[in-house]
Amino acid sequence: MELYIHIPFCRRKCAYCDFLSFAGCENLQKDYAAALFRDIESRGGILSGRPHVETIYIGGGTPSLMYEGFYEELMRRVRESFDVADTAEISIECNPGTATREKLSEYRRCGINRISFGAQSAKDPELESLGRIHRFENVRETVAMAREAGFDNINIDLMMNLPGQTRDSFLESLKAVIDLNPEHISAYSLILEPGTAFYERYESRPDLLPDEEESCRTYESAVKFLSDCGYRQYEISNFAGEGRECRHNIGYWKREEYLGVGLGAASLIGSRRYAVTGDLSEYLEKCRYASTEELSETDVINETIMLGLRMNEGIGISEFQSRFGRDAAESFSDRMKKYVEAGLAGSSEGRIFLTVKGLLVSNSILSDVMI
Amino acid sequence: MANTDQSKIRNFCIIAHIDHGKSTLADRIIEKTGLLTSREMQEQVLDNMDLERERGITIKAQTIRTVYKAKDGEEYIFNLIDTPGHVDFNYEVSRSLAACEGAVLVVDAAQGIEAQTLANVYLALDHNLEIMPVINKIDLPSAEPERVIHEIEDVIGLEAQDAPLISAKNGINIEEVLEQITKKILAPVGDPKNPLKALIFDSVYDSYKGVIIFCRIKEGTINMNTRIRMMATGAEADVVEIGTLGPGKFIPCDELSAGMVGYITASLKNVRDTRVGDTVTDANRPAAEALPGYKKVNPMVYCGMYPADGAKYPDLRDALEKLQLNDASLQFEPETSIALGFGFRCGFLGLLHLEIIQERLEREYNLDLVTTAPSVIYKVYKTDGAVLDISNPANLPDPSEIDHMEEPFVSAEIMVTTEFVGSIMKLCQDRRGVYLGMEYLEQTRALLRYELPLNEIIYDFFDALKSRSKGYASFDYEFKEYVPSKLAKLDILVNHEEVDALSFIVHEETAYERGRKMCEKLKEEIPRQLFEIPIQAAVGSKIIARETVRAMRKDVLAKCYGGDITRKKKLLEKQKEGKKRMRQVGNVEIPQAAFMSVLKLDEE
Repeated sequence: MELYIHIPFCRRKCAYCDFLSFAGCENLQKDYAAALFRDIESRGGILSGRPHVETIYIGGGTPSLMYEGFYEELMRRVRESFDVADTAEISIECNPGTATREKLSEYRRCGINRISFGAQSAKDPELESLGRIHRFENVRETVAMAREAGFDNINIDLMMNLPGQTRDSFLESLKAVIDLNPEHISAYSLILEPGTAFYERYESRPDLLPDEEESCRTYESAVKFLSDCGYRQYEISNFAGEGRECRHNIGYWKREEYLGVGLGAASLIGSRRYAVTGDLSEYLEKCRYASTEELSETDVINETIMLGLRMNEGIGISEFQSRFGRDAAESFSDRMKKYVEAGLAGSSEGRIFLTVKGLLVSNSILSDVMI
Repeated sequence: MANTDQSKIRNFCIIAHIDHGKSTLADRIIEKTGLLTSREMQEQVLDNMDLERERGITIKAQTIRTVYKAKDGEEYIFNLIDTPGHVDFNYEVSRSLAACEGAVLVVDAAQGIEAQTLANVYLALDHNLEIMPVINKIDLPSAEPERVIHEIEDVIGLEAQDAPLISAKNGINIEEVLEQITKKILAPVGDPKNPLKALIFDSVYDSYKGVIIFCRIKEGTINMNTRIRMMATGAEADVVEIGTLGPGKFIPCDELSAGMVGYITASLKNVRDTRVGDTVTDANRPAAEALPGYKKVNPMVYCGMYPADGAKYPDLRDALEKLQLNDASLQFEPETSIALGFGFRCGFLGLLHLEIIQERLEREYNLDLVTTAPSVIYKVYKTDGAVLDISNPANLPDPSEIDHMEEPFVSAEIMVTTEFVGSIMKLCQDRRGVYLGMEYLEQTRALLRYELPLNEIIYDFFDALKSRSKGYASFDYEFKEYVPSKLAKLDILVNHEEVDALSFIVHEETAYERGRKMCEKLKEEIPRQLFEIPIQAAVGSKIIARETVRAMRKDVLAKCYGGDITRKKKLLEKQKEGKKRMRQVGNVEIPQAAFMSVLKLDEE
C-alpha cells in the first residue's frame, strides 16, 4: 500500500492554490507534528497490524517549512508503525525558497529518496504574479544543493497557460528546467479554483488568459518537446525519464490502497474512501473523518476508467475483464470505439488509451464512457 | 336556501384588463358580504390554483354565492361569476357572461382602458349585460380618475360619472360597489315552472365527486330527482347532489330554480360530456330547444410534447389524461419523432393555454418535458383534391403533391401609446400583418387594427410587442378566416441530419430570415462537442443558412491525485447527467431548450 502525509503550512498562500494549507501558522508546527504522530501510531484508526508500505509521499502545503529534526522523527515513527519496503519510493515536496543544505541532508539521512520542487515557471514576472515566494535562480541553486545532498530522483513542477503566457514563453521555461536535468517533470495547465485570488481575477476575464487554441498548441508542443528531450509522457501532466515515473502517483491512478494522514488527507482502504476533517483545531484534538464513502461496483468501474485513462498506457482490457467481467469490458471497449475512430483514443496490445488530442478533451470522453 | 325570491338575486361578473384588480375586488366583495372572516381569507380566494396566483390571472371560471345586507334592509344574494382573463379563453368568458345579468367593469385609475378592457366590454355588450364601471387603484400616486372617467365615456360610451372610486387593495369604497350592484344590475327573469334550461359555464373533475357542473338556471327547476341530459353531447345521468357555492366550499341544497346559480354533480366521469356552453335539461321533460351560443371550441395551437426521459412516456399519457378530465379543450394524440422518440401532439386554445399545461405537467406531475415549436393548423389542398389539416410540419406532404395551402388569420387589436405606434406598426408589418386602421382613443393613445397570420403571433409576438412598447402595448385577437398563402417547410439539419422536431412551416418570404435566425440561435444553444457541427436551414433541398458550432478542443482536469478523486468523479457524473438530459440526434447532443429556440427569435 501507499502512505500519504500532509503538511498544511505555507509561508504565503499562492494566488492560484486551493489546497488545504495555511500561511502564518508556523507556531502550530509542534502541535501538528504531535497530531500526525498520533495518527501514524494508530494508522489513521483504520488499519491494524504493521501494514507494508511501498511508497510514501509527503505533500502540502510546503513540507520543507517544517522545523529541523521533524522528518527524522517522522520517519522513525513511520517505520515503527509500518513495514516500509527497502526499495520504497519516499517523496517530499519542497519549495525552492525554503530549502537549505541542512534540511536537504536531513531528508536524505532519514531515507527520503525523491524530491519534488514547485518551480512553476522560469520567468520571474510569472512567479511574482502567481504569488510565489521564490525566483527561478532559487530553483537552480536548490536543485544543485539537492544533487550535492545525494538526491538522484528530482521532479520539477511547471505551470502552463498562465496569464500572458504564450506557447513560446512556456517552451522557454521548459527548456530552462530541462537544462537542470531533473529525472521527472510535471506540467500542469492552470485551473481556476473558486475561492482563490486567481479565480476572482480571471474567471470573468478569460480574455486575459491564453485562448483555447493557444493552450492546446502549448500542450501539444510541450508533449513533443519533452519527448524529444527524453521525457516520456505517462499521464496527462506528468513526464519522466526511463524508469523515473512517480510510483506513488501511479498508485492513485491504478487504485492501489493508500492511507492518508494529516489534515484533510484522503484514504482508499478496501472499498471505502475516507477524508480527514479539514478543520485544523478539530484535527489537532482528534482525527475525525469528515466523510467516508462506500464504493459501489459502479463507482469502482467509473474510477477505474477515469483514473486509468489519465495514463498514456490506458486500461488493459484483460485486467478490466478479470476485475469487472466480460460484459463490462466489452461495453467499455464498445463505448471507446468511436473515439478510437476519431483519433482521440488508440488501442494496441490489448490496451485502450487516449491520444494527446484525446487527453485534451478527456473530461468529455470520460463523462461519456463512464457508466 | 329559503331565499328564492328572484328579485333579490344579482348575477354578475367582474371584467377587467389583466392586473387591473379583478381578483382583489372579488376578494373584497366576499369579505364585505361577511361570509368569511379576514383571518380565513387567503390573499385571493377566487384564484385557487398556484399557477394562476403566480401569473396573476384566472384560468378556470368559478362562482361564489354570498349574501349582502343592503342599506335598504333587504338581503340580496350575489352570485359572483369569475371569468378567465385571457384571450385564449374567450369562449369560456362568453359563456360566463351569458350566465349573468350584469358586469362590474374594473378600470385601473392610472392605466385607463386597455385592449382587454375593450374586448371584454364588447363581449359583455354582446350579451346585453348591464355594465357598471368601477375605477380602481385610486390610491396610486399616478391615479387620474377624472381622465379615466372621461375615457370610459368617450371610448366606450358608458355613463361613468357616478362610478365608485375605489381601492380594492386597501378596501376603500367597497360598500358603494355593493350598493350599486343591488341598484344597477337587474334581477334575473325566467319561470321556475318551465322545462329546465341550465347553462353550463364551467365544469371540473373532482376525484371524489366526479364531474361538477357549474351552471346558471335560466328556466325551470332542478332537484335531486331530476334525470339530467346535456342537449349538445346527449349525455344523461341522475343527479347526485345540487347546491350553491360558498367561498371555497360546496353548500348542498334541495333545488335550484330559474335565476339561480349553482352546481350539479351526477354520475358523469368526463368533462367532455359537460361542455361549456351546453344546456342541461330534464331528460323526462326536455326543453324544446337549447340555449343559444353553444359551440365546440377547437384548439388553435399545436405542439409536440415529449418526455425528456423516454421511459416516462406512460406517465406523460396519464398526466395528460388527468388534465383533460378538467380541461375539455385540451387535445392530444400520440406521435413519434425521430429525434425525440414517443410523445404526443397536443392542441391548445392558444399559447398561454399551452404554457399553462406545460407548467402543470412539469410541476404537478414532475415531468421533464421537451416541447417542440408551436404550430397552427394549415389546410393543405392536394393535387388529387384531398384536403388535409396539418399541425405537425413532419406530416406535410411532398411539395409535388400540394396544390396550395391556407393558413389561419386573426383580427387583432393593439392598444398602444402614440409614441410606440411606429415600432408596433413595423412589427406587424414584419409579421405579415394587414393594416386595417387606427383610431385615436385620446391624444396619447391609439388602437391599431390588423389582420395577422396566427402562425406569426404564436411564437414570440407578445414578447416582441412588450419589448417594443416598454411593456405598455396590450393585445387581443380572435380567429377570422383561412387565407391562401405561400408556405414552405423549413428544415433544420444538424451535422447534415434533418432533425424532424426542429422543422416548422413558414411563409416563403420569411423563410430566409427565420432560417438564418434559427441557425444563429441553435449555435448558441448547442454546446460544443468533440467535432465541428454544421447547422443548416433548408427549404426542400436548398440550403438557405448555415452556422457552425466549433469543436471542443480542451476539456481536461490537469491534476487528479488521492484527495481529488471523489470530487473529480462527482464532476464527471454531473457532466454525464447533463448529457443525459440532451437529445441524441445522430452523433450530436442537442439540449432540450434548443427545441424551443424558435420561440425566441425576436432580436430587438
